[in-house]
Amino acid sequence: MDIYAQNIIDHYHAPHNCGRLTEPKLSSSQVNISCGDKIVVDVKIEADKIKELKFEANGCAISVASMSLLSDYLLNKNKAEVLALKYQNILDILGVPVAERRYKCVLLGLLAVQNIILKAENQTERTWDDLM
Amino acid sequence: MSINKKFPILHTKINGHDLVYFDNAATTQKPQVMIDALVEFYQKYNANVHRSLNPLADTATQKYEETRLVVADFLSAKKQEIIFTRNTTESINLVAKTFGRGFLKAGDVVLLSIAEHHSNIVPWLQLKEEIGIKLEYISLDKNGYLDFEAAKKILDNKKVKFLSIQAASNVFGSIHDYREILKLAKAKNIFTLLDVAQIAGHESINVQELACDFLVFSAHKVFGPTGVGVLYGRKDLLQMMPAFLGGGEMIDRVLKDNFTSAELPHKFEAGTPNIADVIAFKSSLDFIKNLTWDYIQKIEQELTDYLWQEMLKLDFIDIYGQNISGRHLPIISFNLKNAHAHDVAEILGEQAIIVRAGQHCTQILHESLGVPATVRVSLTIYNTKKEIDILIKNLKLIYNKFKV
Repeated sequence: MDIYAQNIIDHYHAPHNCGRLTEPKLSSSQVNISCGDKIVVDVKIEADKIKELKFEANGCAISVASMSLLSDYLLNKNKAEVLALKYQNILDILGVPVAERRYKCVLLGLLAVQNIILKAENQTERTWDDLM
Repeated sequence: MSINKKFPILHTKINGHDLVYFDNAATTQKPQVMIDALVEFYQKYNANVHRSLNPLADTATQKYEETRLVVADFLSAKKQEIIFTRNTTESINLVAKTFGRGFLKAGDVVLLSIAEHHSNIVPWLQLKEEIGIKLEYISLDKNGYLDFEAAKKILDNKKVKFLSIQAASNVFGSIHDYREILKLAKAKNIFTLLDVAQIAGHESINVQELACDFLVFSAHKVFGPTGVGVLYGRKDLLQMMPAFLGGGEMIDRVLKDNFTSAELPHKFEAGTPNIADVIAFKSSLDFIKNLTWDYIQKIEQELTDYLWQEMLKLDFIDIYGQNISGRHLPIISFNLKNAHAHDVAEILGEQAIIVRAGQHCTQILHESLGVPATVRVSLTIYNTKKEIDILIKNLKLIYNKFKV
């Protein structure tokens, strides 16, 4: 199966939840130095749940599509549910067989979102390895 | 016999497609003669060198030192001036951490270029942190070549003590006017290091003519094994410099309170060296010698011009740099207008076309280009025009796939 399924390319060209949120919000940016991908994510959390999420990304199709699909998935999830997500969950959401060498592309968005939550709670932020 | 028959890996298939290996600027493939030499060492005369008075060690030592002679001949240097390291990075670190630490002081300017590989930037940044040297960078002209006038201006106006530059760009493939820049530095008694990692497999190098003080490259980019780097250093400078790593092999005498270093070149080769790979490297250099530079350059010139000609026909790509004929390696870096470099490399890879995507260890250069990443295609003697046609066909397919 092609990892660049039409669905992935559609999300790449027109990502869902693209843009920035106005105040009040929590933000995080993540960079994947190896390929120059950059992402900024804004989140609004109410009553322990993600109520709104927007992001701006400059990256490859896999990283943008991952964040786009993830952004739909995360709405109304509570913090514990978000923090429990790992690499395999994102692969399942993507639904295409991405090779492990692209793990940073796959995880860029999730890492940004989890670190927003962890930072707001003064907990140690996660690294790539923590999500594998 | 066609040249690619001599490289067994080129007959591999990936996903049922013939391998098209276009990542030669990262590392070249290995000829059968080198692989045979490597196996022969372990099967017939594996022993530690320069010690153990026995016949097996004698053979190993003799073969190890034969490679040193061949490398010296390859560069027109003396054999005491050839130091084996692990790679180009270690060779530059050796110079920065012994010569740099010993003979440069706070405020001295080390002149680099913005196109340098991280291996020729970070050791100098470390020295900056450690002793307070200053760094200046030569800019590039619009074609991706070191700007000679910019270099001259810095050399004329700043307190430059050391010049450390590449001979060619691993991103653009431009072969710089390095001979003239070295000459300028020499006239001002500035110490010089030339990084020939990218050109060592493409044109002959003569350290006597270049009159550089140090010169560095890696075996694995010239059809040799990984794990072997070369440092050429002017003998009088190497003698003055303190030793780098301490341990076996590099010592003359060890007492409880002090030690004296061994003579050149062993002074800079602490511990058991990479004996097998150094020995096998000789066959790579013999392989180049047998092919002759004329043959290598004729093939590469044709490949370079055809590659650029065909790539320039594509209206959906941005190409970085310019091919000034006769001053260019068979390298091109580019981006598709509608797809990220990593996606392009991924899809080419599925078709067994091996390229590199990313920043190619040149973050400062990519910052100046204003792009997060590029796709790089780099060829060598065993590549063909037919393979270039396959690349072009696939780039068109990728463009169509990503078309909005």
